[in-house]
Amino acid sequence: MKILVPIKRVVDYNVKVRVKSDNTDVDLSNLKMSINPFCEIAVEEAVRLKEAGVASEVIAVSIGEKACQEQIRTALALGADRGIQIETDAKPQPLAIAKMLAKVVEAEQPQIVLMGKQTIDGDNNQTGQMLAALTNMPQGTFASEVKVDGDKVEVTREVDGGLVTVALNLPAVITTDLRLNEPRYASLPNIMKAKRKPIAVQTPEELGVEVANSLDVLKVEAPAARSAGVMVESVDELIEKLRTTAKVI
Amino acid sequence: MTILVIAEHNNDALKTDTHKVVAAASAIGGDIEVLVAGANCGAVAEQAAKLAGVSKVLVADNACYEHQLAENLGLLVADLGKGYSHILAAASTTGKNFLPRSAALLDVAQISDIIRVDSADTFARPFYAGNAIATVKSNDAIKVITVRTSAFDSVEETGSASVESIDNVQDAGNSSYVRSELTVSERPELGSARVIISGGRGMQNGDNFKMLEEVADKLGAGVGASRAAVDAGFVPNDMQVGQTGKIVAPELYVAVGISGAIQHLAGMKDSKVIVAINKDPEAPIFQVADFGLEADLFEAIPELNSKL
Repeated sequence: MKILVPIKRVVDYNVKVRVKSDNTDVDLSNLKMSINPFCEIAVEEAVRLKEAGVASEVIAVSIGEKACQEQIRTALALGADRGIQIETDAKPQPLAIAKMLAKVVEAEQPQIVLMGKQTIDGDNNQTGQMLAALTNMPQGTFASEVKVDGDKVEVTREVDGGLVTVALNLPAVITTDLRLNEPRYASLPNIMKAKRKPIAVQTPEELGVEVANSLDVLKVEAPAARSAGVMVESVDELIEKLRTTAKVI
Repeated sequence: MTILVIAEHNNDALKTDTHKVVAAASAIGGDIEVLVAGANCGAVAEQAAKLAGVSKVLVADNACYEHQLAENLGLLVADLGKGYSHILAAASTTGKNFLPRSAALLDVAQISDIIRVDSADTFARPFYAGNAIATVKSNDAIKVITVRTSAFDSVEETGSASVESIDNVQDAGNSSYVRSELTVSERPELGSARVIISGGRGMQNGDNFKMLEEVADKLGAGVGASRAAVDAGFVPNDMQVGQTGKIVAPELYVAVGISGAIQHLAGMKDSKVIVAINKDPEAPIFQVADFGLEADLFEAIPELNSKL
């Protein structure tokens, strides 16, 4: 069984981004970039399925400029077998990304597509669901547990108010939530080994997908800042402030 | 221009998320219709018909919609949605699950998590964990949108829309419901609580959350947690407030033993009043708090509990 793991290069989760002064976008120059945390969890889960003998091959795919090969190498160092980069500078939106991934699915025929539930830059939470719809696959989103059983997979999903478990016919798309696993650190020998693993490069044109974004970003602004508050000295003063100044209790 | 709002419910009752999505639809303007898809969900449809501003409620009552499976609901909404200018759902785990499928099937983008309506085609949404707000204009014929419910006030239940059954069974047949384990709690849900008290890594273990629960019961509050507390295994993930958990905006948010990581702030910084209790004076949570108390929570919380 093949597992396809789409991953994205994003600003590191520890970095607080700032909005550019011309309000066109956020300023990402000279910031640390990493693999999106949810994508890393997806790679880890795929590698664990391979180690458990369920999967035979793990393929990491990323869409973006050449630099995203760094994140593909990270996935290879964590245990993925080979990589695919779809090279574009066009910053495709989720629907275009899903269309490109659908072409990769068509070519590779994976039984499971494992990917992050959202990226921490766009915060869209759409691509996995869109890919599933375009390829007519069922989906298990926000997964905290994945159990493959023959030609089905049982996915436990983190939902508002608790957990829901669904059974999906394979092939299926699974998107990861935080508690699915704790990704390993890549060992030095594995990082060295990853350098020799193959990465195939394709273009959206070769896949026959036009990167057309239908959403225009008119303006990007910093959120309204909260005005500085006051420090109180005691629990009594806190209760007094909440009762008389803020009037919330 | 007619807007289709997808109701959020559990087959017995409508969730207040729907009241807020209708409010967002009203801000767009035009006729508003509500789709209730479920099984034996007649009571939900009756309730949806009372939402102010709604002209018609469509009911798709079939066993295949009982568990809101994304495969079936995605097909139904894509099929029905062709005739509408906008399709709106809550940015809940249900809305996030099925609506992108419908958007893809309609070959249009989805605008996730809107917090403001500027016009019929222009909306504001946060990204980068709320550290930036994008104003986005859609060029699609059908605007597919999820709504951040904490950013809109509920509409009243003063309307009287017509209720119409529709016979539209979309059973993809490739997924099935197995079971659910839903948290049973007497306390208000985080999404609708007027007051929330949350604990972080400083709580040290899950048992210590009982202290917060006692205070919560006095204030009629919901109890939340930071991702650090969830990751440490103190409490279940459905209590998580943050970029990757629940986004809340209560009247009062009390952060206890929470340092204030970016991803937590993304989930609560739109609260009306924020209180932070932390023994580290340098904790970033104090920069967003209206009232900060530098104290050991194991002394401050019992004292707070005894004095409320």
